[in-house]
Amino acid sequence: MNSFLAFFTRIAAIAGKEVRQLRRDRLTAGMIVGIPLMQILIFGYGINMDVRHLRAAVADAAHTSASRALVADLEAGQVVHFVATVAGPAQLRELMAAGKISAGLYIPPDFERRRIEGDRPIAQLMVDGSAPGVAEPLRALANLPPTTRPGIRPADPRTLEVLTEYNPERRTPVQIVPALIGVILSMTMVVFTAVSLVRERERGNLELLITTPVKSVELMIGKLAPYVLVGLVQTTIILVTGVLLFDVPINGNIVQLYVGATLFIAATLSLGLVISTLVQTQFQAMQLGFLTLLPSILLSGFMFPFDGMPPVVQWIAQILPLTHFNDIVRGVVLRGAELRSLLPSVTKLSIFLVAAVSLAALRFRKSLG
Amino acid sequence: MSAERPPPPGSGVPLAIEAHNLTRRFGKFTAVDNVTLEIPKAHIYGFLGPNGSGKSTTIRMLCGLLQPTAGTIEVLGMQVPRDAEALRRKIGYMTQKFSLWDDLTVLENLQFIAKVFTLPRGHAKQRIDAVIQEFDLRELTGRLAGAMSGGQRQRLALAAATLHEPELLMLDEPTSAVDPQSRRDFWESLFALASRGTTVLVSTHYMDEAERCHRLAILSRGKLVAEGPPETLMDNLPLHVVEVQAKDTEGARKVLHELPAVRSQAQLGLRLHALVDRSVGDAAGIVRDALSKASVGAEVNEVRANLEDVFVAATLGTGAG
Repeated sequence: MNSFLAFFTRIAAIAGKEVRQLRRDRLTAGMIVGIPLMQILIFGYGINMDVRHLRAAVADAAHTSASRALVADLEAGQVVHFVATVAGPAQLRELMAAGKISAGLYIPPDFERRRIEGDRPIAQLMVDGSAPGVAEPLRALANLPPTTRPGIRPADPRTLEVLTEYNPERRTPVQIVPALIGVILSMTMVVFTAVSLVRERERGNLELLITTPVKSVELMIGKLAPYVLVGLVQTTIILVTGVLLFDVPINGNIVQLYVGATLFIAATLSLGLVISTLVQTQFQAMQLGFLTLLPSILLSGFMFPFDGMPPVVQWIAQILPLTHFNDIVRGVVLRGAELRSLLPSVTKLSIFLVAAVSLAALRFRKSLG
Repeated sequence: MSAERPPPPGSGVPLAIEAHNLTRRFGKFTAVDNVTLEIPKAHIYGFLGPNGSGKSTTIRMLCGLLQPTAGTIEVLGMQVPRDAEALRRKIGYMTQKFSLWDDLTVLENLQFIAKVFTLPRGHAKQRIDAVIQEFDLRELTGRLAGAMSGGQRQRLALAAATLHEPELLMLDEPTSAVDPQSRRDFWESLFALASRGTTVLVSTHYMDEAERCHRLAILSRGKLVAEGPPETLMDNLPLHVVEVQAKDTEGARKVLHELPAVRSQAQLGLRLHALVDRSVGDAAGIVRDALSKASVGAEVNEVRANLEDVFVAATLGTGAG
């Protein structure tokens, strides 16, 4: 048999064995479907970074048409929803203390004069600082006076014009679900390959395998290949759930998305292979696997905007596969971008994959001698 | 077995393994120290030694899994570690611990090994059928390896190790998890393999197993302390072996311990074996006198050395061969 054919025969043997074992392991097989489904539901419903419809009350002491317009503007902004009208600031404090409202708007009697003079705030917004995540958006609201009122003329009208593209309603799931593909895959994939190799070492299987003609790079590829399929199944589960439950639009080409996902899955799996050469037990593999998860989530632009990070952190983020996959997936899913325009990200993922598999194979061989 | 024992090396028998001045250090620790071995083809060659004597390290170097710190190795005419990759098709290796897959069936395990050795499809089928027959696995083909007994697993492991018809079989303490009946069957299989021309290298710390080998190397603290056919080793022991049968075994032990000519003693059931210097003329007489002086009633006879005596003597640093 020629060596090229033998190379693939051995990889197929390892991959086939892996699939057989996976099918026999009902719990793990169930988790392949269950984990992404659970995660997408939790993230999709739970992580809602928009603050909307906060209960609020108003005390309008001015009673002018402009004051009523201010209230209407704020209500239209959907951040607050006025549920009560009261007499004065004291009543607002009462309601807030009772936990009935998160914000109170007090419009003073001299509202019209303040508006014309323009050197003092025109109204006061009381904010409940005790509730997490509520104070910030409300403060931001207070800093943005309504722009269309006559008599208030900002120097450049466009500076206050907020235009949000791709997610005009600013709904979090639309941004989060595509990025979740990467995060959920990072959670499951790294541990899959790391544990599957370390388990074979713990059980003594590797001691036998290394005495056979199997080469370490064949072992690495054979271990990686079946889990790429598993990753694609998970990708599909997340996408379908995102579209059905959270109305995430898929603007781009679905084939391109899958090409990007395949590359990312392979890269993440190869990180697991590297981890497996660094640890002795499955427990250590899990720990180290999760250790890579946190930087991925925090630094990849999933949680915080990438551009706001210091340069050193940006370099670290450049190493993480999730950073590049997030670029690809947001581009393809939300902006409908061509995979070609995302070539830098695709290239970096490919480099990561080849480097990690080589490193794992090299380290694996060394660890024997 | 002794009747079918092949002739010793040096008599024109081709060698399967030739290793010269083999040394392996791990940091400051020397696991294998200047070991030279000549292992003839179609022999069952035993490595006898306590844990940590360097048996496994030597085997691992011989199959190219471990780089020697110094020394040269030639296995089946190939240089190791240079030709280790090519050699893998010609050797079968059975680990101390069962190392096939618990969550695969007997048949699946064998099919996997056949693919890994890239046996052509038809040949693979025929070989799998042959080893299933030879190692009595017919009833177990659909059984998960993890659900089998120690003896059954060992048969499977040997079947897998011989599936690709290796010229050389390396077995690292293969019978440590097996009952006596399975051990006997296992050795029958090894003799069958050797008679068909396979060289078998087996490490053990069981004396009865070591005694079955055609030739034996005794290792102690990484050094080769005795080498040869078990019979020769027992015949040529440069010490007297005195057997003591006493009611008060403890008392007898104390007396023997005090005697300067007694190099070592070991209890075998109710009997004591004392190894006495060759320089002493009547070893049994000296022991008998000492025991009666201490008024310990005992029957004392000089006996032929058994393999345990050889082993004890060898590890004392006064080995035969």
